Amino acid sequence: MPSVVLVDDHSLFRSGVRAELDGLVDVLGDAATVEEAVACVLELQPDVVLLDVHMPGGGGLEVIRQVAEKRPAQRFLALSVSDAPEDVIAIIRAGARGYVTKTISGTELADAVRRIADGDAVFSPRLAGFVLDAFASLEPVEVDPELDQLTAREREVLRHIARGYLYKEIASRLGISTKTVEAHVSAVLRKLQLSSRHELSRWAVQRRLID
Amino acid sequence: MSAVPVPLRRDPAHGYIGGVCAGFAARLGIDPILIRIGFVLAMLAGGAGIPLYVIGWALIPAEGPERPVVSRLLTRRDTWLVAAGMGCLTLAAALLLREWGVWFSDKLTWPLVIVAAGGALIWRQSQAAPEAREHKAQLPRQAVNRAGVGAALVIGGALLFLSLNDSLAPAREVVLPVAVVLIAVTIILAPWWIRLVRGLASERAARIRNQERAEVAAHLHDSVLQTLALVQKRADDPREVAALARRQERELRAWLNNTRPAGTETLAGALETAAAEVETDHHVPIEVVTVGDGPLDERAGALVAAAREALVNAAKFAGPEPISLYAEVEDGLAEVFIRDRGPGFDPDAAPADRRGVRDSIIGRMERHGGKAMIHSTPGHGTEVELVIDGA
Repeated sequence: MPSVVLVDDHSLFRSGVRAELDGLVDVLGDAATVEEAVACVLELQPDVVLLDVHMPGGGGLEVIRQVAEKRPAQRFLALSVSDAPEDVIAIIRAGARGYVTKTISGTELADAVRRIADGDAVFSPRLAGFVLDAFASLEPVEVDPELDQLTAREREVLRHIARGYLYKEIASRLGISTKTVEAHVSAVLRKLQLSSRHELSRWAVQRRLID
Repeated sequence: MSAVPVPLRRDPAHGYIGGVCAGFAARLGIDPILIRIGFVLAMLAGGAGIPLYVIGWALIPAEGPERPVVSRLLTRRDTWLVAAGMGCLTLAAALLLREWGVWFSDKLTWPLVIVAAGGALIWRQSQAAPEAREHKAQLPRQAVNRAGVGAALVIGGALLFLSLNDSLAPAREVVLPVAVVLIAVTIILAPWWIRLVRGLASERAARIRNQERAEVAAHLHDSVLQTLALVQKRADDPREVAALARRQERELRAWLNNTRPAGTETLAGALETAAAEVETDHHVPIEVVTVGDGPLDERAGALVAAAREALVNAAKFAGPEPISLYAEVEDGLAEVFIRDRGPGFDPDAAPADRRGVRDSIIGRMERHGGKAMIHSTPGHGTEVELVIDGA
């Protein structure tokens, strides 16, 4: 079973998640503030950190930043009520390997934790939609084709995720293996994290202004 | 200005009578008020301005829609109209007083009229500044022009008064002392002035904050507390509670992100509204993901209607599992995928009622030049694909 540390400033939510994940993953500990979280993670060294985005003192972004200094290989799964594009993209680009919202069920959450522990990325349909939208609105001229554009295959995989398909369903539809699907998703995640910061953050700001 | 010379056109949308002056102003790149003053002066100098204006009106083609003269004159609350009105009023008052026997020499009257016009121009310009900023992009230049002309009128009127009364020469000796006194007074009063301005700004900020807080409180009271009360009352019906919670969550999110869910003007907005309605009616969660957006024309409307049918169908037959709606809109090409995790069916051996709905969806899409495809496998749910090419 993968080991997990919970980081969230709502104690009710923490105990709720603990109860839901009981038996599915190994909850090593939890933390309510940024300082506690950093100390806890560095001490307990879990496989995955379930991280809330909005917390006082800098939020999930600050936790990732501080932990990455001492333990760069730590994997984070962002868990939040917010599904605002700027929050999602910001924490993914900071280094989280997946983003799920708090309405997710216990079994799906455990599944997501397992996938992150195995080294893959977790994309909810909404995140896939954001990524497609973000990459669609980048102007092709100022863009580094390696990092800033999705390949046709990656685009297809993301569209299927956005349509609500599970990885194995995508694999059977496209005639590839599940591992290949996971590789495409990880590649998209890497592009999201490394690509032209200016364009993507401007897209996020535009979304907020337009919306 | 652009490299291509702008052709000379009348601008009836921005002009008063025929837009001749506004057109000239646009061509030359200066404030229309200066051209208008020129025409008025030409009119006074022997009436040459009127035939010039009429020729201009007749010969120069118009750009933009024409509106009736009177309505244009009445609806403009422009500054120079007020200034001219002020000048005329002052002149009328002076002439009237003269009629009644109180004698004002011409040396007093004309400067007074000019100063009154200039003062009104400046005063009106300063008043109109905040609202008028939305109108045209070149407004700051026009504002400077108007304020400049107003100041010039006031100073010109004062100088005219002085010269007419033979006080101009001695006045020159007074200028330096007056300037010194003005500077001294400014230096003395400056700190108080700055403090006043800053105090006003911070008070305005505090007022805006309070307004925001009141708005948030009102909204929370209004919708969130109501929903929580409802949730407590219906606590024994979990599906109803979940539906209430989802609806309130969606509304609160939209409010926090400043997106009013009155988004029926675009395709994405209409799809989200339709999904929200189906979700409320059938208590099945629907997850909507949209990429891109487009206008809601007739074909898009048909797409939304077909999507709604598919959603209702999925909600009725595909049980409590969430339904996914994914829409991609780009350059007029709109694709919508509605996927459910129900029992699925064998497309060839569908029972009569479901075939009816399928045909209805496919028929509706084809009537509007799109297409619909329904993929299903028993045990793996159903996906409805709707495509419309609006381009």
